[in-house]
Formats: sequence, C-alpha cells, structure tokens
Amino acid sequence: MHISTSLKRFLRQWGALVVLGVLVLVAIGYYYVKDPSITEAVLASAVRQATPLVLGAMCGLIGERSGIINIGIEGQMLMAAFIGFLANVWTGNLLVSVLLGMGSGALLGLLLAFMSVTLKIDQIIGGTVINIIATGLTGYFYQVGLTTKGKLSPIPLGKLAEIPVIGRALFNNPPITYTAIILVFLVHYVLFSTRWGLRTRAVGEHPRAADTVGVNVYLIRYVNVVIGGAVAGLGGVFLTLEAVGSFERVMTNGRGFVALAVMIFGKWTPIGSWGAALLFGMASAIQTQIQFAGQVEIPHQFIGMLPYVLTIIVLAGVVGRSRPPAAEGIPYEKE
Amino acid sequence: MNSNESIVLEARHVTKRFPGVVANKDVDFTLKKGEIHGLLGENGAGKSTLMNVIYGLYTPDEGEIYIEGEKVQINTPHDAIDHGIGMVHQHFMLVPVFSVTENIILGSETTKGTSLDLDKARKQIEQLSSEFGLEVDPKAVIEDIPVGVQQRVEIIKALYREAKILVLDEPTAVLTPQEADDLFDVMHKLTDQGVSIVFITHKLREVMDIADRITVMRQGEVVGITTPQETDKQGLAEMMVGREVILEVEKEPAKPERVIMDVKNLTVNNERGLEVVHDVSFQVRSGEILGIAGVQGNGQTELAEALTGLRGVVSGEYIFNSKRMPFENPRRLIEAGMSHIPEDRQRRGLVLPYPVADNLVLCTYYKSPFANGLQRNRDAVLKNANQLIERFDVRTPGPLVLTEKLSGGNQQKVIVAREFSRPVELLIANQPTRGLDVGSIEYIHSRILEMRDQGVAVLLISAELDEILSLADRIAVIYQGRIVDTREADQVTKSELGLLMAGSSVDDLGL
Repeated sequence: MHISTSLKRFLRQWGALVVLGVLVLVAIGYYYVKDPSITEAVLASAVRQATPLVLGAMCGLIGERSGIINIGIEGQMLMAAFIGFLANVWTGNLLVSVLLGMGSGALLGLLLAFMSVTLKIDQIIGGTVINIIATGLTGYFYQVGLTTKGKLSPIPLGKLAEIPVIGRALFNNPPITYTAIILVFLVHYVLFSTRWGLRTRAVGEHPRAADTVGVNVYLIRYVNVVIGGAVAGLGGVFLTLEAVGSFERVMTNGRGFVALAVMIFGKWTPIGSWGAALLFGMASAIQTQIQFAGQVEIPHQFIGMLPYVLTIIVLAGVVGRSRPPAAEGIPYEKE
Repeated sequence: MNSNESIVLEARHVTKRFPGVVANKDVDFTLKKGEIHGLLGENGAGKSTLMNVIYGLYTPDEGEIYIEGEKVQINTPHDAIDHGIGMVHQHFMLVPVFSVTENIILGSETTKGTSLDLDKARKQIEQLSSEFGLEVDPKAVIEDIPVGVQQRVEIIKALYREAKILVLDEPTAVLTPQEADDLFDVMHKLTDQGVSIVFITHKLREVMDIADRITVMRQGEVVGITTPQETDKQGLAEMMVGREVILEVEKEPAKPERVIMDVKNLTVNNERGLEVVHDVSFQVRSGEILGIAGVQGNGQTELAEALTGLRGVVSGEYIFNSKRMPFENPRRLIEAGMSHIPEDRQRRGLVLPYPVADNLVLCTYYKSPFANGLQRNRDAVLKNANQLIERFDVRTPGPLVLTEKLSGGNQQKVIVAREFSRPVELLIANQPTRGLDVGSIEYIHSRILEMRDQGVAVLLISAELDEILSLADRIAVIYQGRIVDTREADQVTKSELGLLMAGSSVDDLGL
C-alpha cells in the first residue's frame, strides 16, 4: 500500500512532465534519423539556450525553498551581465569578470534578503525594486561600442563529445554551461540530502516549527537568497561572456521571468527545473532553426514568440498539481 | 510516590509583562521528578506564558529558573532543549510535507559525512516508539497521518532530544476520547521511566484523572497547589474562575412548536469527492435543541457546511420555515434567519485582521444602518460594537482592536454577539465551545439555552458528549456519515451514546 500511494503521489506530481518528456524524446529520435546534423545542432543549441534559464531557476528555487520569493532574478542577471562585461573590458581576465558578475548578483541578493527578511517588505515589491535598479543603472552606464576581450569557448570532453545525438549537446560546451549542469545535481543533493537542505525546506514550509527546534530562520533565508543571487549572476554573465560577447540594453529579455516559469514547471525541484529549462531551450532552438531555414510563410515575429507562448501555456496550468513552499512570501516574525 | 522526591524544575518569582497586561505575576512553580503536574487555568490565566518562559520563547522580566537545583539562563528554545526540556505545542510544530523522520531530526540531525543519515535516525525513532508505546511509521508523511499520531511524533521529537521534562500544552484539545486515553497511557509510561510532565489544560475531568499534583492559575497568579485527592471538580472550577461555577446546566423542559428546519435525504461529498454524508434526514422545531453527537470526522463538518450554505451537495432537500432553500447561498440563508457558530472560529467565523467592530457586522454590513447605499456608516458600526461588547461581555481594550489580538474565548464571544443579536429563527452551532475555558463554556451554554427559550430552533453539533447531554433535547448520533439513531435526551445514557458513536448498531445493544 505504501508503494502504491507513493507511486500515485509521484504520478500526480510528475505525470504530465514525464509524458511530455517521452514525446520530446520520440520527436528527437525521429528527426535524428531524418537529419542527424541539424538535429544535433538544435540539441546543442537547446542546452545552451537553457543555461541562463537553469541558473535563473536554481536561484529562484533555493530562495523560494527557504520562503523568499525572488522576482528580481531578471535584474540580478542583467546587473551581472553588465558588471561581468565591464570587468572584462577593463581587465581582460575572464575568471575575474565571471566572479565580479556573480558578486554583483549576490549583492542584489543581499539587498533582497535585507528588504524581505529584516525590513519585512512585501517580497514582490522588493524584487521589483531590484529589477528597476538593474534596468536603470545598466541603461545609464551603458556605452555603445565596447567589446569584450575574448569569450568563454567550448571545451570538448574527448571521446564523450563524439557520442551520437547527445555528445555534442552535453560534452562539448563552454564552462558556464557545464557548471549549470553540475549545479543542478549539486543543488539537488544539498536540498534533499544534507542538513542545510532539510533546514532550508523546513524554513520554507513552517518557519515557526524550525525556530522551536533551534534553527536560525533569518540566517538560512539570508544565505540562500545571497547564494541564489550569485547563481543568477552566473546566468547573467553567461549572456555577455559566453553567448554573445557584448552587452546590450535589457539584454536579458525576460529570461529571469521565464526562469521563474521554469522553476514552477519543475515543481520547485532542481532536476524538474532542468527538464523544464531544456524544453524551453528546445523551443528557442527550434524557433531559431525555423527562422534560419526560412521556408515557412509565417512572420518571424510569430516564430520568435514560441518560448513565451510556451511560458504562458505552462503557467496556465497544463503542468498538473504543483505546490509552492507553504511559507513563501510571508515574512517571519519571532514571538 | 515517596515524600522526598527531587525537584527537577523550579520557577521562582517569575514576572512577565506585556504591553498593558501582566501575564505572570510573581509566579512560583515546582515540578517533581516523575510526576504528572497539571497546570490548570482559564484561557489567558498565564499558563502558556509561564511555559513559554521556561521553554525560552519569552524572556521573563523578573524571576529565576532552576533545573535540578541549579540556576539556569534560558534565552532560546535551543537552551531549553539543551537543559532537557521538551515542549509539545498546542498547535503542532510539524512540517506537513516532511516525513515523520525528517520532522523529528530537524535541528538535531544525524549525519554521515555531509549527508543526512536517515536510516540511523529511523532506527532510533523505532526504538523510542517501541519503548514508550508510541506507534508511528517513520516514513509516513505528516499531512497523511491523523492528528493523534502527529501528537505522538511531537512527543518522540522531544524524547529524541533526550527530554527529561515534557511540557504538553492542551494536548487533548485535538483528540478523540479514545486518543486521549491512549495519550494518558503514554504519559504514565513516560513517568515510569523518570520523565516529568507538565500537563497544561483547562479540562477538569482530565486533571482529576491523571495529575499527581495540580497548580491552578488565575489572572497571571498561582492561586493554589493541590492534589486530586484533596479536591474535586467543583472545587477546582471555583479556584480557576474565582467564583462559584455551575457545571451542570439548569434548563427547563423544551416547548417545541412548528418545524423550522427540515432536511430531507441529504448527501454531501468532501473536497476529495468522497461521499461523507449519506442520505441524512432530520427536523428541528422552534424552541428545541437537536444535538448531533459523533466522534470527530464522521461527516459533521461537511453536514454543517452544507446546511450553512458553504458547501454544495450531491442531493437532498433543505426546507427552512416551509420554504425550499437553495444550497451554496449563505446570504439567502442568513437573510431568512439562520445564524451560525462555525467549527473553526478563526478561519470561518472571523476575519482576524479586522477590528472587532467590523467582525460584529459581517452579516449585516451592507444594510441600513451600517451602510447608506455604497457608503459605510462608521458611527453606526461603532455604536453597534460598543453595545454588543457591553451586552455580551467581550473583553477587549476597545471596538477597534484587531480581532486576532483577543483570546480564544473572547473571539468566540464576538461571534456569539454577532450571531445572537440578530433576529434569527435557526441557530447552527458546530463545536461551539471547543478549546474554551470553563467560564466561557458556561457563558455560551447559557446563551444557547436562552436562544432556545426564545423560540429559536437550535442544531448543536458537538464531539463533547457532556455538552450534548447537558444541552440537547433530542440527540441524533452520526456515525460514518449516517444518522444511526435519534433519541429523546432523557431516555438515553452516556454509555449508550458512546457505543452508538463508536458504531455499534441498535441491535447490538439489544435495545
């Protein structure tokens, strides 16, 4: 009876996503047989397009699992993209630039934590403040004509990169894309198998219960939101230093918000979010591919909508039952 | 017990002030090793404040705490846990989506390297549960298990932290009579093993049954320390309330007249779509109280929600004052003359973040004199509030105080004031005295009887047999969603009712 109830629970939670995943795999198989090289290119592009979404979603979920809604992911990414870019223009050192970018994300995370944990401001407003700060500052200080000194380039992992279908997509990537994949499993491990993870989830579900057994609710929320900011920052740096190689105004283009959709689609779990991010990445990659192929008689604006339309459909509730952490968005007051 | 047992916990001269009130005034309290110490008092008497001071949730303004003779500083729950104090809060401190094991180890996790060692923890839990007869499944998820089992998890949580002193805050408030008996067995097993227990309650029968010593508090002060041998229920009640209390309700015989409420073949589903009320029919006449007796969870909640318009039904007919009523339309019912004391006063009865004055017009705010068209008339609302606060003796600093700041008993009085001050013909009272103290229970019972004597038809749903027996004129027993029998109140005994509530059919009883 125990096994059947846990199976039911699993299906209720994941059924829709599993079915969708299987459909996608079948489609990939079909197109691979038809045209291996284009299929591999689309897959590789999907993984990379998914990277900022995965990182944004990891940021969102480690915050929300501790009870803090982070709607400022977009701003954290944008700020980090800009700072990472500027640091690279000035120093030329990629590692330093990446770290500075992450640092700026973490700093905005600290601001969010201060507003929502210490000042107990409404978290949606706190996040919006961050988005406005980031758009304003990056827009104001942006100068036309700057270019980066170098970009993070792919590092193929030997023979692994030659595996058919998945080799190019998984084992021939630049460093931030690898890091994102590793982070998915790292966050999963920390959240579900360590002391910190247990306490984080407890604080996100029932902070008073955690408090009465001596867990420091405020500390856990601060640390998670700051680390989340750094992870979102990595997603921002990806855009300037790994994907594009330059900065443009508001270049995050809503990815921070799509990342939140990804997190919800993934039911606040790292691996689920990764799957959801890949789906969105796939939508972006296919969209690009269709535009390149140029054979369809659909205005390109409509094709460009694909990932965003998918977001709306997902959030409208095709995903089945999903339950956010019970205490998210509620400031904790000690007695 | 011998006379020279050691004292494990002592509080001396504890004073705790909150803005405007002294919650504990120079309180002394001692707990002996291996005893069950009943801490008795009405709501707001300062019992929980004292225990929260001892558990490190409040810092006292004055006073000291000694554990096994040594003076200690307890500033946080962590300190209390380190000193071997465990507390089971009235509202359980369990994470609903966590497993039993995860809840128990939270804050004192066993680890292997960087990972949690859940297997080791599970073994420890199984050992504790067999040692003390606290049966739990360590892998079960909290939200799937009944309240009684959740309470065992809370107790194991304290024992897992090697608590030697266990504070149980109103532990029986959420339990069925059978579950309460199981809990008492567990408490005896714990004291046999040397654990000392503080048992906070306001139920006289329970302290008389189980406590070794009893400390009674009233208005922040200790008014007496006694034992069950030295006193009786009446004596305790008087200490608690500070005046003579009528434990038995005096009432005139009912004079039922015309049928006000006529329910025919009602079938109701719960939110999971399971049929929990099956084909129920009954009538309530003006001037009588029909009691619905039953152990919690036998469909009473859904029945009451259907009858008050809060829940849709599968089938059935609802005739109120000879008019057929629609379901799921609370306002129609209210305007037709229904009043309702809901089971969960905080969620269904009141808007807690609203001022008392606004809660007092929740059913009538849109009507004259409380509104002129679209505009509210604040003066009328305030005037109404002041009158009702006075008439129903609601203890509040003022009509604009937020309702969430009031004690449970006073919150219930706000509901009673609102519902009983309107001209009504039907009262549906669901667990009207749950969690209330003796004084408030006495008050609410007398008000319900007053309504009956004024010719109101009363449907009283209660899991407390004593309440049903003392108030109801006729008693219907509900079991698994069916009314298994209806009796005149003076023709049935408590034990017969108990058996019917437990599912014995009339034939089994040989009646």
